[in-house]
Amino acid sequence: MEKQRLQELENQCIQECAPPCTAACPVHVDCRGLALFMARGDFAAAVKLLRKALPFPAVIGAVCDQPCCAYCNRGRVGGAIEMAALERAAARFGETAPPRISLLPSRGKSVAIVGSGLSGLTAAFDLRKKGYSVTVFEKDGRLGGSLREHAAGRLFPEIAEKDFSVIESMGIEVRLNTAADPRDLPGFDAVYAAPGAAPAHAFPAIDPLTYEAGTPGVFAGGSLLRGSGNYSPIFSVSDGRRAAVSIDRFLQGASLTASRTGEGSLGSCLYTKMDAVAPVPAPCVPAQGFTNEAAMQEGARCLQCQCLECVKVCTYLESFGGYPKKYVREIYNNLSIVMGVRQSNTLTNSCSLCGLCAEVCPNDLNMADVCSEARRTMVSQKRMPASAHDFALRDMAFANSDACAMALPAPGGTCSRLFFPGCQLAASAPDHVEKCYRLLQEKLGSDVGLLLRCCGAPADWAGRDDLLEQAIDEFGELHRSLGSPQLILACPSCSRVFKRLLPGLDSVSLWEILDRAGIAAPEAKAAGPVVCLHDPCSARHDDAVQESARQIAARLGCRLEELPFSRRMTACCSFGGLQWFANNKLARAGIGRRMRESTRDYLTYCSMCRDLFAGQGKRCLHMLDLMFEDDAPGRAGRACPTWSQRRDNRARLKRRLCAGIKEETMPETDGRPELIIAPDVQAVLEERFILTHDITRVIEHAEQTGRKLTRPGTDRFLAHHRVGSVTYWVEYTGTGSGPFTVHTAYSHRMEIRERADI
Amino acid sequence: MTTGAKEPSWLCAACGIALERGMVEIAYMGSAFPVELQRCPRCGIVYIPEELALTRMAEAEKILEDK
Repeated sequence: MEKQRLQELENQCIQECAPPCTAACPVHVDCRGLALFMARGDFAAAVKLLRKALPFPAVIGAVCDQPCCAYCNRGRVGGAIEMAALERAAARFGETAPPRISLLPSRGKSVAIVGSGLSGLTAAFDLRKKGYSVTVFEKDGRLGGSLREHAAGRLFPEIAEKDFSVIESMGIEVRLNTAADPRDLPGFDAVYAAPGAAPAHAFPAIDPLTYEAGTPGVFAGGSLLRGSGNYSPIFSVSDGRRAAVSIDRFLQGASLTASRTGEGSLGSCLYTKMDAVAPVPAPCVPAQGFTNEAAMQEGARCLQCQCLECVKVCTYLESFGGYPKKYVREIYNNLSIVMGVRQSNTLTNSCSLCGLCAEVCPNDLNMADVCSEARRTMVSQKRMPASAHDFALRDMAFANSDACAMALPAPGGTCSRLFFPGCQLAASAPDHVEKCYRLLQEKLGSDVGLLLRCCGAPADWAGRDDLLEQAIDEFGELHRSLGSPQLILACPSCSRVFKRLLPGLDSVSLWEILDRAGIAAPEAKAAGPVVCLHDPCSARHDDAVQESARQIAARLGCRLEELPFSRRMTACCSFGGLQWFANNKLARAGIGRRMRESTRDYLTYCSMCRDLFAGQGKRCLHMLDLMFEDDAPGRAGRACPTWSQRRDNRARLKRRLCAGIKEETMPETDGRPELIIAPDVQAVLEERFILTHDITRVIEHAEQTGRKLTRPGTDRFLAHHRVGSVTYWVEYTGTGSGPFTVHTAYSHRMEIRERADI
Repeated sequence: MTTGAKEPSWLCAACGIALERGMVEIAYMGSAFPVELQRCPRCGIVYIPEELALTRMAEAEKILEDK
């Protein structure tokens, strides 16, 4: 991933954007943070936070003109947060002792400030902190300038005295009753003129970005920029702060214009969903300010605006404790590690690649794209943990092996349409593949062929472009040899893979064919069950398929209810992206969440979704159950076939089709010994992704070589054998050619180097 | 299903002798290191308990995969 691409992706996530209040505030007070501390009653933390943005929090609290209010999201549901009153309360209840302001070491340069309003005093405060000697010239007998007239009645003298006392405590020299001409102050290295709404002609050309006032070293700002009718305390503070930045840069010989885009009042790009926000009316602020209880209540009224739209709907994004902007950075850093621990491998491999995040994101940021790309990079760097996807890739290889893959008509023959049920339908309901194939032939003509194999989706999800390309190439060759027929696809994941990699391919969904041809119901069905339709996530953007599925279900007598997340907003069953294998614990949490969306039985048109739901105890039907099973409701409780059964189902389907349709026949069995596995042991094997086939290999190896352990006084043996890159251990009873009772099995990927001579 | 402490220990079926603790080399992701395990002193067949495979070995595998 290129750094520029990383930044583009990061910028798509707006979670870290300032909320509207903070963006609108010209000094960017963290209003949201302040409200949170106030709500908690932590006034000391609140005022500490305020001091990061405001030199005089109590004064601003008393007089602020609150540009934040107009942008406050709470404004639409009860009234904007009384931010100034919160600031004032924070200063009053949170700051019992005068603040300690730390100063940088002296820089040996001096600055004159003309005028002691908020703008001048803010500049004085900031420049003194940076280590400059500062002298304030005030023509009147006290600090405050025009602030005092404009805020008369609101600015209680004791507030001003307390807040402004910090000026002298910092060692700023104040010369009261001293008028000064900003252009005639020899002995100072720079001057900031903030005389209030003085005659504008005094400084005809003030640069709005840098506050330069025509003469090098002379800067001007504050109310004179706005005129006497437009006094704004908070913009005066902002002017003083921004002018101080310019003066500091000027005195250090740095650019006055570089990197200043974030200053002043800005718009916010933060999105906050407001649909379900209940109105809470704004309080009346008493003249004396909030009591601490009232301040806490007002703090609690803040919506704490944030986006997190994707995190709210996705168990994966939620479970890692952050949000996409952080995740994208972590995934990028993970790919850039040369030496050290790659802590974000699991983050990268856990996404189901379902794309729901992009649907809810105001900027369409899709974590599937990020994780998919990162997995490919990990593979190319030879850094992909083998354990993440190995099992699924072996399953795919098996589906495309001679044991399962087949084409009808056989090589040499052609057809005009080709039914492609997908490897998981064949694994889950092989008889339905056969029935569907016959139905298509019956309704569309005998010119319909059948191709049993895997489209390559697991390789796509694992980031294995090499295996994906191989699967697609093999498919392409077979497809061409069959006369390039139109493809009829039962599985939405196959459909996605083919659409992306073979965009010119003529394909149609089985569900659209059945819907259009009106052949969904071989015979009239009695009124069916009330079910919730679960759209597979790979059909998210296939509106036509979603609609056809609903039409067919209705025609088959189902009364449909929509789930809260359906169609384009559908949620993944947790098989997507191989999440089920890469992070099984998370996947179980994700499917649990999906299952709890309704207590109704689910109906779906993806066999993997169907089986995963059933495996977790959620009654679920496949569309073909409705078509081909007399007792469809009973079928909803059908157990999820084990991974071993899925393999057997595919192989058996091929054998059956070969026996029934083709001249040649396949051997019925492969002579494997019989295994006796109790249901509780079977459940353990399933959780550990151990196939009966692997168990058989271990036992056969042990029985042939005699290399096994025995426990005296029992009839049990323990044997191990390496199959591929995994070592399997099996504890069993039985000898010779069996049968064998399996008591447990486990595995590890580490290789034991057994030697007799150690 | 697991090997409890009170159960008799495993013997090597081929050699008919009790396993003894010994150093065995274990390798993964290009790293190899010695580990003390129960093994047959004659033919070298090793015993890895279920609990060890599921906990410490699995953790070590993850660390090596992420390294």
